[in-house]
Amino acid sequence: MTSLPWLTILMVVPLVGSIIVMLLPRDRDVLPKQVALGFALLTLVLTVVMGLQFDADATAPFQFVESYPWIPALGISFSVGVDGIGLVLVALAATLVPVVILAGWNDVMPGSGRSVKGYFALILILQTLMIGVFAATDVFLFYVFFEVMLIPIYFLIGRYGGADRSYAAVKFLIYSLVGGLLMLAALIGLYVVSVQQLGQGTFDFAALVGLDIDPNTQKILFVGFFIAFAIKAPLWPFHTWLPDAAKESTPATAVLLIGVLDKVGTFGMIRYLLPIFPAASEFYAPLVVALAVIGILYGALVAFGQKDMKRLFAYSSMSHFGFIALGIFVFTTWGLSGSTFYMIAHGLSTAAIFLAAGFLMNRAGGSSLISTYGGVNKVAPVLAGFFLFAALSALALPGLASFIGEFLVLLGTFAVNVPVAVIATLGIVITAGYALKLYQKVATGPPSPAVEGMSDLRGREITTLAPIVFLTILLGVFPAPVLNVINPAVERTLEVVGVTDPPSVIPPIVQGSAP
Amino acid sequence: MIGNGAVVLAEGAPSLQPLTAATGVFGYLWILIALPLFGAAVLLLGGRRTNKWGPYLGVLTVSLAAIYAIILLVSLMGRPAEERAIGQTLFEWVFVGGFSVPVALQLDQLSMVFVLLITIVGSLIHVYSLGYMEHDPDRRRFFGFLNLFIASMLLLVLADNYLLLYVGWEGVGLASYLLIGFWQWKPSAAAAAKKAFIMNRVGDVGLSLAIMLIFVTFGTVTFDSVFAAAGEANESTLTWIGLLLLLAACGKSAQFPLQAWLLDAMEGPTPVSALIHAATMVTAGVYLIVRSNPIYDGTAFALTAVVIIGVITMFMGAIIGSAKDDIKKALAGSTMSQIGYMVLAAGLGPIGYVFAIFHLLTHGVFKANLFLGAGSVIHGMNDEQDMRRYGALRTVMVITWITFMCGYLAIIGIPPFSGFFSKDDIIHAAFEQNLLVGVCTMLAAGITGFYMTRMVIMTFFGKARWPDDAHPHESKPVMTIPLIILGIGSVVTGAALLYWGNIESWLEPVTGIEEKPLPIPAIILEGITLAVVLIGVAIAIAKYRKEVPVEAPKGNLLTVAARNSLYDDAINDALVVKPTYVLSDGSVFVDDRIIDGTVEGSARFVGGLGSRLRRLQSGFARSYALLMVAGAVIVVAILYLARLP
Amino acid sequence: MSVENYIVLACVLFTLGAIGVLVRRNAIVVFMSIELMLNAANLAFVAFARMNGNLDGQVIAFFVMVVAAAEVVVGLAIIVTVYRSRRSASIDEPNLLKY
Repeated sequence: MTSLPWLTILMVVPLVGSIIVMLLPRDRDVLPKQVALGFALLTLVLTVVMGLQFDADATAPFQFVESYPWIPALGISFSVGVDGIGLVLVALAATLVPVVILAGWNDVMPGSGRSVKGYFALILILQTLMIGVFAATDVFLFYVFFEVMLIPIYFLIGRYGGADRSYAAVKFLIYSLVGGLLMLAALIGLYVVSVQQLGQGTFDFAALVGLDIDPNTQKILFVGFFIAFAIKAPLWPFHTWLPDAAKESTPATAVLLIGVLDKVGTFGMIRYLLPIFPAASEFYAPLVVALAVIGILYGALVAFGQKDMKRLFAYSSMSHFGFIALGIFVFTTWGLSGSTFYMIAHGLSTAAIFLAAGFLMNRAGGSSLISTYGGVNKVAPVLAGFFLFAALSALALPGLASFIGEFLVLLGTFAVNVPVAVIATLGIVITAGYALKLYQKVATGPPSPAVEGMSDLRGREITTLAPIVFLTILLGVFPAPVLNVINPAVERTLEVVGVTDPPSVIPPIVQGSAP
Repeated sequence: MIGNGAVVLAEGAPSLQPLTAATGVFGYLWILIALPLFGAAVLLLGGRRTNKWGPYLGVLTVSLAAIYAIILLVSLMGRPAEERAIGQTLFEWVFVGGFSVPVALQLDQLSMVFVLLITIVGSLIHVYSLGYMEHDPDRRRFFGFLNLFIASMLLLVLADNYLLLYVGWEGVGLASYLLIGFWQWKPSAAAAAKKAFIMNRVGDVGLSLAIMLIFVTFGTVTFDSVFAAAGEANESTLTWIGLLLLLAACGKSAQFPLQAWLLDAMEGPTPVSALIHAATMVTAGVYLIVRSNPIYDGTAFALTAVVIIGVITMFMGAIIGSAKDDIKKALAGSTMSQIGYMVLAAGLGPIGYVFAIFHLLTHGVFKANLFLGAGSVIHGMNDEQDMRRYGALRTVMVITWITFMCGYLAIIGIPPFSGFFSKDDIIHAAFEQNLLVGVCTMLAAGITGFYMTRMVIMTFFGKARWPDDAHPHESKPVMTIPLIILGIGSVVTGAALLYWGNIESWLEPVTGIEEKPLPIPAIILEGITLAVVLIGVAIAIAKYRKEVPVEAPKGNLLTVAARNSLYDDAINDALVVKPTYVLSDGSVFVDDRIIDGTVEGSARFVGGLGSRLRRLQSGFARSYALLMVAGAVIVVAILYLARLP
Repeated sequence: MSVENYIVLACVLFTLGAIGVLVRRNAIVVFMSIELMLNAANLAFVAFARMNGNLDGQVIAFFVMVVAAAEVVVGLAIIVTVYRSRRSASIDEPNLLKY
């Protein structure tokens, strides 16, 4: 393994960038954006370099491990490291931040009374925290990142959002804090258990996985963590903050919020719930699966009835989070790999839809009401094309990344529970319904007054969307780079839980390798 | 090499042929797909720069693919029969745990005929579109979508496993969506496109679940391995797989009960209707069923279901086609009906698989011919599609008329036109299997005679009923030449495939073949069939020889129902669309009022509690002090009473 | 002398101080009552320190004195300011800090 402290560097670079952006003179409008973009791109390059050094076949669970004592009296350390799942999520964060910086170039107009540099500094701080939360291998450190992340997002929504921004920001904050509080309580409980079993308390992930926790205690502690995660990756019925937050955020914030931050919830389920509380996970699995399936259908149905685009995307995401949670709690490698893959795909898909819609809304005075629009395809075909692509990505068209995630989740579900898989599969019809209904209303027919005379996408905007489209297609056609990395982590997780995939009814015929 | 000789075959299953490595000319199998895909990418990403030469690039890529396909055919025929299945693995695609699916292509006898149909008919339609779409400002995109379609369709038929087939399956669906809605500014076109996609999605649920069930049962989704093990699976599993695949086929091939989208799909430009909604894409369902024949062989129940669906659709399509006045919708009804024939034939089992494909091929040619002819008429008539405004066009559009007549004679099955051979084979097979089904196919042939004759008379014969601004004229050579080629194809394909191409023994290694004795001598059966067809023709002549009113007469109950496509929209609305809307509105209400209401309510409760409690902050410092002292006293009292340390 | 006597004295002083805080209106007097309570606590600390034989209690008593001195500075400053603007040193008068 390399001797460089890669993950710390990844966290420090955006942080330094953020400080430099804040120190820039107030009257420069473009410079902060350029500096922020530069640091975000530097982080991306570093992430790629790090990712190339990741050894998919390594036996150690975590790589790029670093550990420094922080509060030794309580067994808390600053420990970071990534497995395949963490790595791809770090990469997702590193990819999306430069994209949203470029997309949000003109989100804050000079003279609007809101600080331009503050916006970009907050985004960079958020990046540091996002990388930290996916890289932490100390549960307390994870908790700290988990909570601190709320602050930049709170300001990003509350200062730079739409008309009802403070309502949405406070609602988001309170929801998250309630979850965080329960998690803190469970965390302390976990610490107490570790004191009882090890003689000395610890928050180290590996040590906690090694604990043999009494099933009844597990069931209690599980709930604390689970509610926090279920609020973050909104599962039914903990989701109602999301539509408001999504509606009031700028598109750039929404992408980071739904595309990356909410993944912390599902990531937490995979990383912490399954290995630390295996018995409780199995005990609660039917409940979680039920919530997930309700979420899939309910989210899709509510999305179908929305009149506001951004709220529609929020409910659509909720439906997709249902798929992700479903894949996690069916305990098959297919489901779990599918969920992880879907997290990446959904991040890209969310970015595509929010940014395309954001560019559209910018051109029509910011209205997110669907009825404002019509006939965009005739006036701005490139914009409409990206919009359609995003819709197709949301409905998981085979050949795009989201399909692989969705199909694997459904396959993993089908292998253990046929009725649930059948019900969840029905979701794909409703998804197609709302995605295409939206496209039909927005892009086809005669142009509406708001759309008349609309300009098509320009260079900067195409530059932000193109990499997302490229990645979505690439991962749909050639997912091997991601699957190679996440499969070992997934298998290790399920090994800890102690489940194996059900074998096929008829053993598959042994094949020679094809020519 | 995938699959091997050690596989134990179940009795009755067709002997599976091992795949041979793709060497020599077959080593570039992937280029077949890459060519049109490249064309699509250049045209769609290139933007306005490619406007000028883009359409020609589109034609070129498909034509090159067609040439390569012909080279492949020749090489394949040069090989011994047992080495005609070529496998080529390109790269690992999805792999998790025991689930491993490569991107791998398989060219065997069945794929080969499809590749030929797709690329050759595709090239002709591309050429034709050069003329048909000449004045459309967006024709670059049109050709891009067409190329995308060809690439997806080739992927569909060349995939060597179900999951990759699904990609092609959905790719053609996407291309179909884009092309039906090509004139997006027409709300009707946009709605039709959406309808087609969503109804296909219902079918996709079937395909998705079928793939999952296949994997759970067999541990693989590769055709070879699944089919090799199909005999070992129990019958109810096979039945479920069969029914789910049938659901998928119903969506793609517009079979009952998912047929309603096809008529609306005629909103697309006519070359699209010819290529996608007649010749190739809509037959993908038939391909799926025939490809999965080892699964269907193990389940009589699913096969019966296939036959029933086929028979129902065959009659529905024919009845609808008999009443529509829009020439394209009448042809769409006919397409439904003819695909019904194919599905029915596929449902007959090994007796019928070959003939389903045979009819699919001849139909692909003559229906493309008919649609392009209709397109030529529409083009000449200033985009008028109502046959009641046609009449007497044979005088002004001679080439279109003659080629259309070739297609006409082919579809109603007059010897020696192509449809005669393929349809007669299906009727034979149906009689061999089941008298009732046989009679049904014969009756449907009669109705075919009726509606096609009606169409020909209304369009080309009788008096001119043209709108005032129409000046019908023959189309340009770029359109008529493909028509002529397809017209010749309509005449000769049947005989050529049957006698020269020996289609039965060609496909036999893939589909298996079986013959049963006919209840009546073949020649008598053919005679009766021909008589039934001629009766249909005669009725049409008797009915439409007289003046055709420009306004449609009221018609009897059946006519009215058929004009409304047998009320399929109303039924779908009542059973599916309305309930979905109600459910969706209900969910929105629940979310806003009940779930978010609970959240907001608890927030309001805390807020209200706070506003009550703040009354305690009276501002009198001494009352605060008193409260503090009281609190301290209470704490001390509790500590004292509870004797806490 | 046993420690109880000191404790009793501290309690008495503390109670006197508390009553003073509660019943007197003049801010200066309230202040003095608070000092009385603090000193009652100091007495108890010193007494217990003596009883335990270590210096912890005495150290805390010094702490309390320092804090009390600081508090007097701030408190008197507030009282003077309030008196300047209101011409009164009654602590019931400035009741602006309410709901």
